[in-house]
Amino acid sequence: MKTERDSNPLLLMSGVQKRFGGVVALGGVDLEVRRGEVHALLGENGAGKSTLMKVLSGAHAPDAGECSLDGAPYAPSGPQDALERGVAMIYQELNLAPELTVAQNVLLGREPRGALGWIQADEVQARVASALEALGAEELQPDTLVRDLGPGQRQLVEIARALVEDAQLIVLDEPTSSLSQGDTRRLFEVVKRLTGEGVAVIYISHFLEEVQEIGDRFTVLRDGETVGAGVVRETSLEELVALMAGRSLDEFFPKVPHEPGEVILELEALAGEPLPREASLSLRRGEVLGIAGLVGAGRTELLRALFALEPVRSGEVKLNGAVSPARSPRERLDEGVGLLSEDRKGEGLALDLDLATNATLSHMTPFSRGGWIQPSERRAAVERWIERLGIRCTGPEQRAGDLSGGNQQKAALARLLHHDVDVLLLDEPTRGVDVGAKVEVYRVIGELAAAGKAVLVVSSYLPELFGICDRIAVMHRGVLGPARPVDERTEEEVMSEATRGFKEEVA
Amino acid sequence: MPKRFMSLIGPFIGLILVIVLFGALEPAFLSTRNLMTVAIQTVIVGLGAIGMTFVIVSGGIDLSIGSVIALSSVVTALCVRAGLSPATSVAIGVAAGGMCGALNGWLVTRLSIVPFIVTLGMMGIARGVAKWLSAEQTVTPSPEASEALASLATKTATSPGIWITIALAVAMALVLKRTVFGTYTYALGSNEDTARLCGVPVERTKVWIYTLCGLFGGLGGVMTFARLSVGDPTTAIGKELDVIAAVVIGGASLAGGKGSILGSMVGALLMAALANGCNLTGVPNFVQEILIGAIIVAAVAVDRVRAARA
Ligand SMILES: Nc1ncnc2c1ncn2[C@@H]1O[C@H](COP(=O)(O)OP(=O)(O)OP(=O)(O)O)[C@@H](O)[C@H]1O
Ligand SMILES: [Mg+2]
Repeated sequence: MKTERDSNPLLLMSGVQKRFGGVVALGGVDLEVRRGEVHALLGENGAGKSTLMKVLSGAHAPDAGECSLDGAPYAPSGPQDALERGVAMIYQELNLAPELTVAQNVLLGREPRGALGWIQADEVQARVASALEALGAEELQPDTLVRDLGPGQRQLVEIARALVEDAQLIVLDEPTSSLSQGDTRRLFEVVKRLTGEGVAVIYISHFLEEVQEIGDRFTVLRDGETVGAGVVRETSLEELVALMAGRSLDEFFPKVPHEPGEVILELEALAGEPLPREASLSLRRGEVLGIAGLVGAGRTELLRALFALEPVRSGEVKLNGAVSPARSPRERLDEGVGLLSEDRKGEGLALDLDLATNATLSHMTPFSRGGWIQPSERRAAVERWIERLGIRCTGPEQRAGDLSGGNQQKAALARLLHHDVDVLLLDEPTRGVDVGAKVEVYRVIGELAAAGKAVLVVSSYLPELFGICDRIAVMHRGVLGPARPVDERTEEEVMSEATRGFKEEVA
Repeated sequence: MPKRFMSLIGPFIGLILVIVLFGALEPAFLSTRNLMTVAIQTVIVGLGAIGMTFVIVSGGIDLSIGSVIALSSVVTALCVRAGLSPATSVAIGVAAGGMCGALNGWLVTRLSIVPFIVTLGMMGIARGVAKWLSAEQTVTPSPEASEALASLATKTATSPGIWITIALAVAMALVLKRTVFGTYTYALGSNEDTARLCGVPVERTKVWIYTLCGLFGGLGGVMTFARLSVGDPTTAIGKELDVIAAVVIGGASLAGGKGSILGSMVGALLMAALANGCNLTGVPNFVQEILIGAIIVAAVAVDRVRAARA
């Protein structure tokens, strides 16, 4: 049952196809978006969501299919053309010039010019101020340098950029995956404001809770085809998941029984430069320990200092009871400690290299003799992980950069599994990973614990920490609180510790 | 597999075009004797390009290789003149190049100065040292003393210089594609942060890469001496650009992470064939320079277009 409003759709795409060499990314997609709605675009990793949006925003030309915008045929020749037609894409890797001001970024390439080509300063002020006001972001000063803004504010600048161009359709591709909760709430307010003014928003996210909160209608893609569409409010979470995965999921947090063993990792008042300020914990084999906290609290810095990627100012790291002042990631890896980076594009993966190299770069000994690699053995090793993690790819030779976002994350995880480390430091392990694959990642984490590995998970997604961890500690402004068993904790308590600090902490 | 060879198609077609074109204009171009000349002329740039491929794939650059070739030719000549055995002279000449490379690598990693600057400095230093050692004159050992080394560069099908170059190219192509060291080289050029995260010994690998490039420059210097029978401190000026051009024409990216030895060899052959053909047909030097310049830009442009389509 659709609640039809008798308005013509703003955007109609039908039978859109796109292939990359032998890979069919889109095999016939239909999409209908109306004015003033938040249209959720859902699908598993590699389903074709980002590709479809790149077609929409003019970054890719489709191989087949029809599009119309506002009743008129629509075939943008490039992103600039799309923007002029009122379609704006907000990329996840934000495209801002950090050394320019907010105003300069908002109007980049479209500066109002007077005689002689001089930029008209007061016109700039007026236009930028009105765009920021339309967003409800008046607190952003037009002359602040973008470099000094946080990720949430930068995203607002990007949206302001779309607004000065009078965008009628704004695409947000996984906008919240690196935002704090506060910034996420803020973004939702902005989205509601925009749709209230008749702008349509296409919203891609793997957080179905978010989709249920702000989505009006949805379209689900699977293997490059539209498999369903409907009204979010009338569809249950289970139905959405079933549509996406083509099967139903019985449990979100599979329980693999595991028993904590002896202590393997101990931190004593570890302090970095400048974060963390103080972190102590002890982690046992067969245990999954979660670290919650706000974005910027120093959780990532803790893992990096522990992994010797960043300097340790003071404090001690003990492995198996012995003090271990490792000086490089290599030494940590040799001690059996591995890190999954939160920044998979910038650091986690070498995007130009193939999947096989990325999955094995840290540990090539099993298939090399005297420095010579045995390609067939390497291939076999990598294929095992492709299979195990369900990485969607054309094979071990596929370029890592051509994998979809979630599959890149799995490739990075495959490296730790291949290395068979004893202590896994996972920084946002399911960022950008679809619901079904998240379950798979959780199961892998559970199995690792059952096999006697120790897992330290940093995540901003609380349900995940509660679902998979044995104990949870909270980091607040660089100080790590005590880890307590998960059944003695509540989400509210963790949130309050993350925002306000710990009750025990007496000045 | 086919995709890997795709990136070689451009330079191969270029090479075949050049050969067909000059063969039609001047049949003598295709004579065995002339083809041997082309091969001999490829040797020095080709050797340099083997080492340079590693440097460029790792995301670096080595501007000093021309000067290193000159230095090594002078050192080799001095050794020969001093009556050292041919083998010892070659070893010392190659080692001189290796030392320059090791110093490049050490400066790049220890002082974290960008390779462009470090090797620009080394370009001046090596050239200066070559002039100093030779008292700013060519070093000419007696013909009898030079004879053994000169036989490396004979213009016959059995010319050892050519076969040494081919053998080394094959060996180093395997090293680049099939060893842990080669994989580290690609990883460094593709994303140094990832390499560090994965425990790649970034500093040590870089020192080896620059040392390797220096060693090949040193061998290029030995071949230069073999060909001329003199050590000339002013030889190979600007050669670094030919070497870099060969590697880039062969499909490597100056941003790192891409390139192959086979491609670089095709690039080196293409440039040598072009130069030789122009000389044979009496095309003036300036046209030659314009052509080579255009080919460099075209090679990279073709690569771009292909990348955008794929
Ligand atoms: N440039 C490319 N070259 C080759 N294949 C590509 C390219 N871009 C995308 N693909 C393939 O197209 C398919 C769809 O990818 P896309 O990025 O659209 O997925 P997605 O739905 O956005 O997934 P995710 O949720 O993981 O971000 C994937 O199989 C991917 O590997
Ligand atoms: Mg995507």
